[in-house]
Amino acid sequence: NPQSFNVSYKKDPEWHGAYSHLARSLPEIAVAEFHKKIKEAFEVFDHESNNTVDVREIGTIIRSLGCCPSEGELHDLIAEVEEEEPTGYIRYEKFLPVMTQVLLERRYRPIPEDILLRAFEVLDPAKRGFLSKEELIKYMTEEGEPFSQEEMEEMLSAAIDPESNSIHYKDYITMMVIDEN
Amino acid sequence: MGCGTSSSAKDRKSERALRAALIIQNWYRGYSARLKARQRYALTIFQSIEYADEQGQLQLSNFFSFMFENYTHVCEKDPEFVSRLFGNTHQDDKDRQDYVGLVDVPDSYNGPRLQFPLTFTDIDLLIEAFKQQQILHAYYVLEVLFETKKVLKQMPNFTHVKTSPSKQITICGDLHGKLDDLLLIFYKNGLPSGSNPYVFNGDFVDRGKNSVEILMILFVSFLVYPNDLHLNRGNHEDFMMNMRYGFTKEVLHKYKLHGRKILQLLEDVYTWLPIGTIIDNEVLVIHGGISESTDLNLLHHMERNKMKSVLMPPFPIDEDYAADLKNKVGTTAVPRGVRTSGSLSEQLTKHEWEQVIDILWSDPRGKRGCYPNTSRGGGCYFGPDITSKILNRYQLKMLVRSHECKPEGYEICHDGKVVTVFSASNYYEEGSNRGAYIRLGSGMTPQFFQYQVTRATCSRPLYQRVNIMESSAIRILKERLISRKTDLIRAFQLQDRNKSGKLSLGQWAFSMENVLGLNLPWRSLSSHLVTTDKDGNVDYMSSFQDVHIQKPVKEAQSTLIETLYRHRTDLQIIFNIIDSDHSGLISMEEFRTMWKLFNSHYSVHIDDSQVDELAERMDLNKDGSIDFNEFLNAFYVVHKFDKLHKSDSTLA
Repeated sequence: NPQSFNVSYKKDPEWHGAYSHLARSLPEIAVAEFHKKIKEAFEVFDHESNNTVDVREIGTIIRSLGCCPSEGELHDLIAEVEEEEPTGYIRYEKFLPVMTQVLLERRYRPIPEDILLRAFEVLDPAKRGFLSKEELIKYMTEEGEPFSQEEMEEMLSAAIDPESNSIHYKDYITMMVIDEN
Repeated sequence: MGCGTSSSAKDRKSERALRAALIIQNWYRGYSARLKARQRYALTIFQSIEYADEQGQLQLSNFFSFMFENYTHVCEKDPEFVSRLFGNTHQDDKDRQDYVGLVDVPDSYNGPRLQFPLTFTDIDLLIEAFKQQQILHAYYVLEVLFETKKVLKQMPNFTHVKTSPSKQITICGDLHGKLDDLLLIFYKNGLPSGSNPYVFNGDFVDRGKNSVEILMILFVSFLVYPNDLHLNRGNHEDFMMNMRYGFTKEVLHKYKLHGRKILQLLEDVYTWLPIGTIIDNEVLVIHGGISESTDLNLLHHMERNKMKSVLMPPFPIDEDYAADLKNKVGTTAVPRGVRTSGSLSEQLTKHEWEQVIDILWSDPRGKRGCYPNTSRGGGCYFGPDITSKILNRYQLKMLVRSHECKPEGYEICHDGKVVTVFSASNYYEEGSNRGAYIRLGSGMTPQFFQYQVTRATCSRPLYQRVNIMESSAIRILKERLISRKTDLIRAFQLQDRNKSGKLSLGQWAFSMENVLGLNLPWRSLSSHLVTTDKDGNVDYMSSFQDVHIQKPVKEAQSTLIETLYRHRTDLQIIFNIIDSDHSGLISMEEFRTMWKLFNSHYSVHIDDSQVDELAERMDLNKDGSIDFNEFLNAFYVVHKFDKLHKSDSTLA
């Protein structure tokens, strides 16, 4: 709803990211552009070309649009877009308005690099500059919103330095950030 | 007291650890999801371009019809050219002597030697030899093809198979010349035998570099176990498709002396491949799909060997016209596939031909109904209602098909009634997809097995695999862009009123889709293709900066080069057909005639004289003939930041 579009975002330095080009646009144009972006992201996962995607891919779609909801927040979002009787599929008609609002309200902002680094440092109080494989596994699979085994293996395959069997988190973060840009 | 503070400090500490873990997990999940999305985007690019190329095939087919209709004009100038183009090269009843008899195997040959009649030891022999990259001598290839044709001829259009709990059957999808995948399947699932039957559901050849080896293993296995190794024809078991997608090239490269014979014999073998397999009267296995008019009874009874190629629809030729042609041209030249006995009985009816095209080319989709398959240019899209209707009509329970690459190697749709199985892992690029096969047995639910061939002993981390796929996809997309550069720039400039060189993202995306028609997510891909300024506006010329088409001759105009580059695969096919003796050369006159026809049919706006000039400059032997492979290889795209791009320095 363009009427409820809050103009104060323009002052936010973080806004100058993926949607900076909309900073000077009218709200209607911003919404139209959001719609097109959401449609593109949705269609790539719509294998049967019938405007539905498997509910298990909704998390990937939302995150590919630049948002970073936690698992709990993702569950809530899915509940909003699911059918009354869940079918295992999410329809585009239900997804579009909810996702548009998420983008307009700039919900679930991504973690800045420095916050991520500090998080690793919290887990490494001795300031060694690395975490051992066992330590990382313990934290990731026992604390917070635990990783599945697959997620853990996936993260380790890129993060671990095979010689020392440890994760040099500063290098790891730098590498991932470069890869994304 | 002390306890209280220390436990709250501990609480605070673990709370901080909890929050830190949450942050890292949250970040990682976002990152991982974006990687997977990039992987999907890359796959979409590969698929779009693949299907767009197939659509190009249809244009080519129209071109042949066009050529036939217009050749009377052409033949007045050059009857010999016409007869060479349309010459009847049928050799239906040649015997073994004509094929195999004239080929000798020298003593120095170190490759595998097959013993006829073939036994399972020959299968092992071939596999071991191919693992060591040996090449089977042409003599054996021809023998195998000849024997295969003999046995296939006796098979019905649809093979009916029965399974039991102790005799399950394995269904494999497209292999496309990827030998490693076939070997992996045999390793995991066992070699074919009387107790381990297989169905191979088409598309054994093209694209990969071991199509010959795959065919040989499959055909030899078939000859050893004709009742337990079932082969279905795919849309790539078609000599014209092979000209475009690499198999013809592979054969001529591996068999410099006898390649032509092999290709000719193969043309016939293809037409005798069965159309499908029916398992336990319940499961229909065919390569592509169905349409609302699919008539299994008709398909059971038609003469399947009359289906030569997707590019050769039946010609509406009447007896008088044929006689007229004969008088004019003085020879019995008519389009390939049509016998000069002039009767229509040598062709399929249009209806029969379309039925086979539907089986080999159609794709299932979620939308109800049946629609022409516009992205491929042949067959149709069929919905779940069509599946139900056809399955019910013939009291079948399931349709197993292949034809489409799936990330997980298989996919189930239409309420579990349609299964796609695709067996070429890493089809588009290393890491693009898994391969799969299905095991079926009466009374059991189908079991799916997945795999992925890797070159390295330990697989790369996900971000590396995605990077490889993504760069490969973007690369071929950029080549597409450059081949339509003139049209794209025109479209951009139309929108760029103040000639600023910039457009909004929306305007840019609109033009891209309008010109290229690939149905791609342009906004999401824009960061790979163009530079954007801080206002979010696109510098549309930036796509063309680091890619250009190498000019084979310096003075040639860019638009000419672009057009020839864009059509080079079509031209390659046309030249291959003209060059019926596979010499690699065509005369200047033939080139000119060909070009003029091509020009008018494709509405290409290039002066004949310009092309003449280019050809003359490229007549490197200066003997009036053009080596067209050299001609076409001279057009390639240079990527500025390539470390190893093809540099054909022989052309100076």
